[in-house]
Amino acid sequence: MGILEVKGVGKRFGGLQALGDVNLSVAENSVHAIIGPNGAGKSTLLNCLIGKLIPDTGSVTFEGQSVLGRTPYEICQMGISRVFQTPEIFTDLNVMENMLIPCFAKRDGAFAMNAIGSVTSQAEVQDKAMQMLEDMNLADKRHMLTGSMSRGDKRRLEIAMCLSQDPRLLLLDEPTAGMARADTNNTIDLLKQIKEERDITIAIIEHDMHVVFSLAERITVLAQGTPLVEDTPENIKGHPKVREAYLGESVD
Amino acid sequence: MFGLAKKDANLLLIVAGLVMLAPFILNPFPGESAMAQFNAGYPDLMQRFVIFGIFAIGFNLLFGLTGYLSFGHAAFLGVGSYAGVWMMKLLTINVIPAILISTLVAGIFSIAIGYISLRRSGIYFSILTLAFAQMSFALAASVLTPITGGETGLQTALSDPRILDSASSGGNIPSPAIFGMEMRDSAELVLGGWTFTFNVGYYLCAVVMILAFYTAIRIFRSPFGLMLRAIKSNQQRLNYTGLNTRPYMLACFVISGMYAGLAGGLMVSMDPLAGAERMQWTASGEVVLMTILGGAGTLIGPVLGAGMIKYFENIFSKINESVLHQWFAFMPDGLEDVIVAMLYPFIGKGWHLTLGIVFMLVVIFLPGGLVEGGQRIGAMFKRKAKADDKSSANVEPAE
Amino acid sequence: MDQFILQILNGLDKGSAYALIALGLTLIFGTLGVVNFAHGALFMMGAFCAVTLSRLLTLSHTIVDETRTDFLGNPLKVEVPYLYDIFGESLGASIIDWAVPLSILFAIPIMIGIGVIMERGLIKHFYNRPHADQILVTFGLAIVVQEIIKYYFGANQIPTPAPEAFIGSFDFGAVVGIEANKIIYPYWRIIYFLFAMLVIAGVFAFLQFTTFGMVVRAGMADRETVGLLGINIDRRFTIMFGVAAAVAGLAGVMYTPINPPNYHMGMDFLVISFVVVVVGGMGSLPGAVLAGFLLGILESFASLQAVIEAVPGINQIIIYLVAILILLTRPRGLMGRKGVMED
Repeated sequence: MGILEVKGVGKRFGGLQALGDVNLSVAENSVHAIIGPNGAGKSTLLNCLIGKLIPDTGSVTFEGQSVLGRTPYEICQMGISRVFQTPEIFTDLNVMENMLIPCFAKRDGAFAMNAIGSVTSQAEVQDKAMQMLEDMNLADKRHMLTGSMSRGDKRRLEIAMCLSQDPRLLLLDEPTAGMARADTNNTIDLLKQIKEERDITIAIIEHDMHVVFSLAERITVLAQGTPLVEDTPENIKGHPKVREAYLGESVD
Repeated sequence: MFGLAKKDANLLLIVAGLVMLAPFILNPFPGESAMAQFNAGYPDLMQRFVIFGIFAIGFNLLFGLTGYLSFGHAAFLGVGSYAGVWMMKLLTINVIPAILISTLVAGIFSIAIGYISLRRSGIYFSILTLAFAQMSFALAASVLTPITGGETGLQTALSDPRILDSASSGGNIPSPAIFGMEMRDSAELVLGGWTFTFNVGYYLCAVVMILAFYTAIRIFRSPFGLMLRAIKSNQQRLNYTGLNTRPYMLACFVISGMYAGLAGGLMVSMDPLAGAERMQWTASGEVVLMTILGGAGTLIGPVLGAGMIKYFENIFSKINESVLHQWFAFMPDGLEDVIVAMLYPFIGKGWHLTLGIVFMLVVIFLPGGLVEGGQRIGAMFKRKAKADDKSSANVEPAE
Repeated sequence: MDQFILQILNGLDKGSAYALIALGLTLIFGTLGVVNFAHGALFMMGAFCAVTLSRLLTLSHTIVDETRTDFLGNPLKVEVPYLYDIFGESLGASIIDWAVPLSILFAIPIMIGIGVIMERGLIKHFYNRPHADQILVTFGLAIVVQEIIKYYFGANQIPTPAPEAFIGSFDFGAVVGIEANKIIYPYWRIIYFLFAMLVIAGVFAFLQFTTFGMVVRAGMADRETVGLLGINIDRRFTIMFGVAAAVAGLAGVMYTPINPPNYHMGMDFLVISFVVVVVGGMGSLPGAVLAGFLLGILESFASLQAVIEAVPGINQIIIYLVAILILLTRPRGLMGRKGVMED
C-alpha cells in the first residue's frame, strides 16, 4: 500500500477523455516520476491530486484518506506540498518573509487570528525559517525582494517553503521547465540532497528525461490518459511500448 | 516600547505628539493677520482631521494590506453613525456607549457584507461592495426612514427616553458629553495675537485616533498582517501553503469595517446628526482618495491623506475671487485679472478639480502616494549628502 | 395586460441608456482590458455636447424693435439669433428647435476625438498596471471632467427640450391595436429606444461585417496571438476606444430631453452601468445589451405601486439585488465568456 493511491481515476472534458482508467501507487519514501508525451494527461492527473479538479470516476487517497473534494489548503494541511511549473512565491515580499509564511502555517494551521503579536518576536518560527534558509543556502539573500531573484533561486526558495511544512509528499510539476542547464543540474542536486536527508516521498511530473532518469526510482509512463507501463528507470529505458509512445509522436 | 520596533515606536510618538499639539501646530498665524484664514486649529476641523484619519487607517488595513479595493466603505461609517445616535437617544448622552456600539454594529454589518463580497476578488469585489453600499444608502434614505430619519437625518430630540440619564436639563436637548464634560466645551489660551482652542471633543477623538493608529501598527507587524500581505502578493501560493485565505480576508474586512464604524461613532459624538448621504458612494470614494493620496500600504499615509483632503476641503475652498484679487493686488491690473482668472477654477468651489488632478498625478507618477514622494525627496538629499561626503573624504579607504 | 406593456415600455428608455453605456464599457474592457470608471463622464460629455450646440445655435445679437415698447415705454430690445440672419426666421427657428438631434452630428467627431485623446494620453499607459490602478486613475479623470463641466455650465440641471414635433405623448395602445387610451407613451422615449437599437445594430454590424471589426473581435478573444500575427492591434484598439466614447456620447446627447443634464449625471449612471456589465457578463457585448434592457425593465416593474406596497423600497435596490444574486450564483454573468476575469 503506497502513501498515495490513485484508483480508477477518469476525467472527461466535453468530448475529450483526458484521463481514462488511471491506477497508480506511489510507495512511501520513494521518488516516483510520471512521464508522457504532450497531451498524455499529466497535468490533468496532477490537478486531480491536489484538489483543483474533481475526477468523474475513481478515488485518490493519501495515507488512507480521500483527497477528493478537499480544498488546496486542506490537502496541504494533510501533508502534500506542491511545487509549481513557474515558481509561485510572494514576489512583493522579501526572502525571509516568504519563508516565514509557511512556517506560521505549519505552527498555526489554516487560520489563526494572531493580529497583535509581532512577527519578529516569534522566536521559534523565526529560528525555523532561518534554519531552513541556511540549509538551502539562501540565508545571505534573506533581505532581498524575491521578484528580483534568478529563476534557480526562486525555485530553491519555493522548494524550501514547501519543505518547511514537513510534508510527507512533495509534488513537483516540471520543476526544471524553462531552466538553463546549470540551473537544472542544481535543482536535481537539491532534490537528491533532500531525498537523502529527509523521510519524504517525491512525486515528479516531468518532460525532461535527463531529470527523470537522474532522480526517479519508479517511473509511470502515461499516454492518452492511461498508464502505459510502470517500472524501474532501467527497464523503462528499453521498453518497446514507451519508445512507441514517444517515437510515434516525434516521428510523425 | 509598547511591543513595537524602535522605528514604529518613534513613528507612533511623533504622530501622538503632532495630534496632541495640533491646536498649536495648526494655528501658526495670529488671528488678526491676513494669513489667519489658513489656520486650521479650530475644533470642528481638527475633529474631522482625526476622525477621517481613523476612517482612512481602517480602509488602508483592507486595501493597503490585501489589495482588495472596497468602494462601499462609507456604508459602515453610516451604519456606525446611526447606531451611535440611537444610543444617545435611548440609553445615555454619554458618548462612550455610543462609540462602542457604533464600532460593534459596523462590525456585525461588515461580517454580513464581507461574507458575501469576499466570495469574489478583483473588480467584482469592488462592484459588490459598491452595490451593497448603494443599497444601504437607498434604503436608509427611503423605506428605513423610521430608523434612519430618511433625508432629514437622525438626530437627538428632547423627548428621547435616555433611560440612564437623570431628569433632563431644563428644556434643552442635552449635548453629547463624556461623564459630564460636553464635547463642545473648550478652553482657550490667548498668547499675544494668537488664540489656541483646546476642545474636549477633539481630545477625545485624538486619544481614540492614537489608539487606532497603534492598533494598526500592531496589525501591520503581526503574523496576521504578514498573511494579509501574502494574499495581496500571491493568493494561489498561500492556498497551497495550507492557509485558508477566506477567514483572513473576512477578519481583515471586519476590522476595517469596525474602524469605519468607530469613525462614524465619533462623528455623531461630536455632532449628533446622522444623514443618509454619509453612506453614498461618493463618500466611499473620498476615503479611497485619502488613502491613495497619502500612500496605500504605508502606516502614516492614510492619516496624511485624510488631513490633506480635509484641509483643502475646508480651507482651500474658502478662498474666493475677491481674496485672490487681494493677494495679487500688487500686480498691474491686467496681469492681476489674468492670473486670478487662471487660478480661480482650481480654488474655492473648484477645489475638487485640483483634488482630481492631484489624485491622477499621484496614481500615474507616484503610486506610493505622498509617503513615496517624501521618501524620494529624502533619498535625493541623502544621495547628495553622500556624494558630498565622498568628495571630501577621499582619504578614507573604500568599504 | 396594458399595465404590463406600459411597464415594459417605461423600462425601455432607461434600459436603452444602460445598454448603450454598458456596451461601450464592455467594448473597452473586452478590447483593452481596462476598467473605465470615466465612462459615465463620457456619457455626460455627450449630453453637454447637446447643451453646447443649442447654446451655439442660439447665439444672439440685440436689435431694437421700434414697433414695440417695454413696460417703461422705451423701444423694446429683442435678442435675435444669428441663425435668423443667415437662414431667415422660419428655417433658423426650426434649426434651433432641432438642436438635440443635430447634436448627434456635432457629438460624433468630438466624442471620438475625446476618446482617442483619452486612450493615447492616459489609458495606454495603464494596460499593464493592476485593475485597481486603472479604476483609480479613471476615477480621478471622472472627477476632473465633472468639475470642468461644473465650472463652465454650473451645478444646475440644464433643460434641453426635444424638437417640438416630438414633445407630447401618443396612444401606444391604439397604434398597436389594443385598447385605446390605456397606454400613453411619450414620443421622445420611443425615439430614444429606436435610436439606441440603431446604434447597437450599427456597432454589431461594424464588428461583424468589417475586417476591422473582425480583427478587434479576434483581439478581444486572444490579444497576444493577434499581436503576433503582425497586426497593429494597438491602433485598432485606440479607434475602438473612440467608438466606445462616441456610443456613450450619443447615449448622452439623446438622453438630454428625458433628463436635463447636470454635471454628476455621469457618475449616477456609471454605478448602474457597471452593475449592468457585470450582470451581462464581463466582456460580452450581447450580454451588456441584454442586461441593460433587462435591468431597465425590471426597475420599472419594481416601481409599480403594488410591488412597492408588497416589498417597500424594492424599486431602489432591485438592480443591486439582482447584481449580487448573479455574481454569487453565476460569476460569469448572463453571457460572459469563460476565462474572462472570473474570480
